[in-house]
Amino acid sequence: MSATLETGTLLDVNGIAYEAVIGMECHVELKTETKMFCGCPNVFGGEPNTHVCPVCLGMPGALPVPNGLAIEHVLRAGLAFGAEVPAFSKFDRKNYFYPDMPKNYQISQYDLPFTSGGTVTFRLPDGTQRSVRLSRIHLEEDTGKSMHLGSSDGRLSGSTHSLVDFNRAGVPLMECVSEPDLRSAVEAVAYLEALKRTFVALGVSDVKMEEGSLRCDANVSLRPLGSAEYGTKTEIKNMNSFRSVQRAIDSELARQAGVLRAGGRIVQETRGWDESQGTTIVQRSKEQAHDYRYFPDPDLVPFEFTEASVRALRDALGPLPQARVERYVAREGLAVVQAHQLVDTPGVADYYDAAVALTNAPQATVNFVLGELTRLANETGTRIDRSALGPAALAELVGLVEGGTITSKIAKDLIERLWSEGGSPRELVEREGLAQVSDVGAIDALVAEVIAANAKVADDFRAGKEKVMGFLVGQVMKASRGKANPALAEERLRAQLAAQQ
Amino acid sequence: MDGVLDLGVREIAEAVNARRVSAAEIAEAALSRLRERDPHVGAFLTVTEDLAREAARRVDERVAAGERPALAGVPAALKDNLCVTGTRTTCASKILENWIAPYDATAVRRLLDAGILPLGKTNLDEFAMGSSCENSALGVTRNPWDLGRVPGGSSGGSVAAVAARTAAFALGSDTGGSIREPAAFCGVVGFKPTYGRISRYGLIAFASSLDQIGPIANSVADAAVLYETMAGFDPYDATTVAREVEPVSAPLREDLRGVRVGIVKEFALDELDPAVRDVYAQAYRDLERLGAELVEVELPTAEYGVATYYLIAPAECSSNLARFDGMRYGLRVEAADVGATYEATRAAGFGDEVKRRILIGTHALSSGYYDAYYVRAQKARTLIAADFARAFARCDVIACPAAASPAFAFNAKSDPYSMYLMDYYTIPMSLAGLPSLSVPCGYVTPEGAAGPLPLGLELTGPLFAERALLDAANAYETGTRHAAKHAPPPLAEALS
Repeated sequence: MSATLETGTLLDVNGIAYEAVIGMECHVELKTETKMFCGCPNVFGGEPNTHVCPVCLGMPGALPVPNGLAIEHVLRAGLAFGAEVPAFSKFDRKNYFYPDMPKNYQISQYDLPFTSGGTVTFRLPDGTQRSVRLSRIHLEEDTGKSMHLGSSDGRLSGSTHSLVDFNRAGVPLMECVSEPDLRSAVEAVAYLEALKRTFVALGVSDVKMEEGSLRCDANVSLRPLGSAEYGTKTEIKNMNSFRSVQRAIDSELARQAGVLRAGGRIVQETRGWDESQGTTIVQRSKEQAHDYRYFPDPDLVPFEFTEASVRALRDALGPLPQARVERYVAREGLAVVQAHQLVDTPGVADYYDAAVALTNAPQATVNFVLGELTRLANETGTRIDRSALGPAALAELVGLVEGGTITSKIAKDLIERLWSEGGSPRELVEREGLAQVSDVGAIDALVAEVIAANAKVADDFRAGKEKVMGFLVGQVMKASRGKANPALAEERLRAQLAAQQ
Repeated sequence: MDGVLDLGVREIAEAVNARRVSAAEIAEAALSRLRERDPHVGAFLTVTEDLAREAARRVDERVAAGERPALAGVPAALKDNLCVTGTRTTCASKILENWIAPYDATAVRRLLDAGILPLGKTNLDEFAMGSSCENSALGVTRNPWDLGRVPGGSSGGSVAAVAARTAAFALGSDTGGSIREPAAFCGVVGFKPTYGRISRYGLIAFASSLDQIGPIANSVADAAVLYETMAGFDPYDATTVAREVEPVSAPLREDLRGVRVGIVKEFALDELDPAVRDVYAQAYRDLERLGAELVEVELPTAEYGVATYYLIAPAECSSNLARFDGMRYGLRVEAADVGATYEATRAAGFGDEVKRRILIGTHALSSGYYDAYYVRAQKARTLIAADFARAFARCDVIACPAAASPAFAFNAKSDPYSMYLMDYYTIPMSLAGLPSLSVPCGYVTPEGAAGPLPLGLELTGPLFAERALLDAANAYETGTRHAAKHAPPPLAEALS
């Protein structure tokens, strides 16, 4: 019933094609030493209510003082996507009662967020390039966490009492809102990965969904393909992993299509994703929507950003992962998956860049980095960029293989030693006589030995069994201890087998 | 020994620092006087004997070690909306009746470091909302000049404690006149500095953009040294200013030569009761006699001050007071679920005036009304501040009545609006954030009063011009000498 096309997910509603329209709201906990408005440590977990003070507990008379680093994080996050930083901004109070919110208002931003606009450009796994407009990024304080006791499932309904842990209350939280530019669940996940990649690279957040430092909601609706107007949307919450984002959106799209097929109408409401049921469940209808009574927080003075200060932040952003992905894919011809792997592992993209600048052989280099080096990094627990094998040595090794000096078999053997011992691959090859043997006489001698020792297999080949050639080449390689030029070995095998016929 | 309590704060500190008297002796004398006098006045909600004795012990140690704390051994009263570690801090509200503060307000901390002896926490209108102290849910405070009259408010307990000479000074907080109006009613000096001068950290908020802590004392010179001790940037309050505090404890001026005093055209004295009018007319003449040049200034938008204030202050209070929900501290009235517990707790915990303001403020911020009420009020506030800026281009200080009448009898202002009008002369200055004070300027004896009742002259300066303002006030005070030297006669009579 649904198909993921280049344009996104299309669903058939009684013969009419409907397209998915999705916007994402992400809450990202920022990486700072201290909380947003007080000096309590900003760390995940801890014994309940141990990282608290009068300010983040909302004690009478306590006042918030903004964390400058958190604000800088938001500005950099926005600038990384080409967003605008306003000349004037401020914090507002969002008023509503909830037990995990100490003041019964949340310090947030209403009409003047720290950044507006911007575009997130990313690649889908199949290589398609997509762009999503950002609406805004604003800064607010996180709430505490409620724990409901006495009910069988830990839900509020049916519980006898609740406990609140305020360790998280007051943690700086960046809300990043996209325009409804996404057209499939796959795109939504790719978008989230692009955000994560950028925020991690900027050092503004750990972006760990499992620890709650990234939480996202999806606004999902359907409309007839080609329609300029949006359909009625639902807001999906409780998605705890990228996988559940994808499942939840697909499930909600299917549900909405079902409602439309049955002649029904989509109701604007908030729905929660139920991982075990694999479906979304109504949480709150629009009629129950809050009037948050936003107004400027009188405890905090407004902010003015000069053009010079914004420019300085922009200039200091450093290399951004999405730009790298584009370079890898569009200029260096890497696969999207390879490009993402390079930028998503700390230190690896820089390492690859340094090596490839010397080799000019992107594919050969990336194969080593994502192959042998990644395996060694996983096995030894050492980051690639902190191993004894530096990018210049890797480049030398790639050069030796590409230039035909050594075989890739020898290169793989060498890499293990270079990883822990370091040194120059070229010197090692010379010292230990590991250079590839391309001398026809020497190869012919080995080939003759192999044919003599494998007479039965040689006969099979002559009888037309082409696939045993691989085995015979392998035997030649083995006899040469990996040094024989495999192409030449095969050529001489064929020649000698033909001559002996 | 008891006589030292009637000295000014600097004289007391001098006596302690010269070791003519110990802080411990002062603490005992002050607590004994408090026990004798306060039952007649009701200024204190909590007496902090242990705290006073402990502070005295530390002061005596410091003095013995060669230190000379600026306020060594000065007995103080603190309005009960200021946090003091380990001390009950109630805001005169049922909802905080048994709340123990876990930290010190910055202003209190700075005074403690300078050597004060905190005798106790004083009564106020609940959450500082009121102009008579009658909105306290926890006690009645009487005006020492007539025990049948209110002390004014909201800092009623603080001014009454100073007027009764129970404390050498008190801290109050002023949102729309809560220091200046009661200071006028009780014949003491009450000073609200520029918004942002004194940290609000630890002052339980009523309206954050207006609240300001200030000293209440028996002289301008005392108020000045207290201000200087408290003022200055505080890393715990983002609205404090980093601007340097001009020293004000150095000798203040005693004349007004070359000072242009603005008389506000819109605050015409002929609208006042004749006896009150005569006192203010004399005050203006005294300013002139002391060398001031009187100039008429216009504040055409000042008449909208009360209306503007009663949108902005309730809007902020509706949000500030949301935290009192029975979940984490304070009163909790259990009901069926969280929502019902919120409602039951707040219904039982807040008094009528607090509820009224929360409702007004919630309405003013509501979707669909926000632009018409809150936004317009903010625009009016800007216009009022602009009027003052224009006026201060023509004068150095503005003089006007602190209140339209002397202290009134209990229950005399039964409708909220007539009570709101008590702050007619103080609210515009608060909206503009200006430094403003009330200094005793004479007495009237209305029919039915126990005796003469004090009136206060309100003097207001430009933003951050505290030094010039205190100079002018000191010159007026020393040139007129209206302030009482001892406890007012009705209290003295009650005591004998």
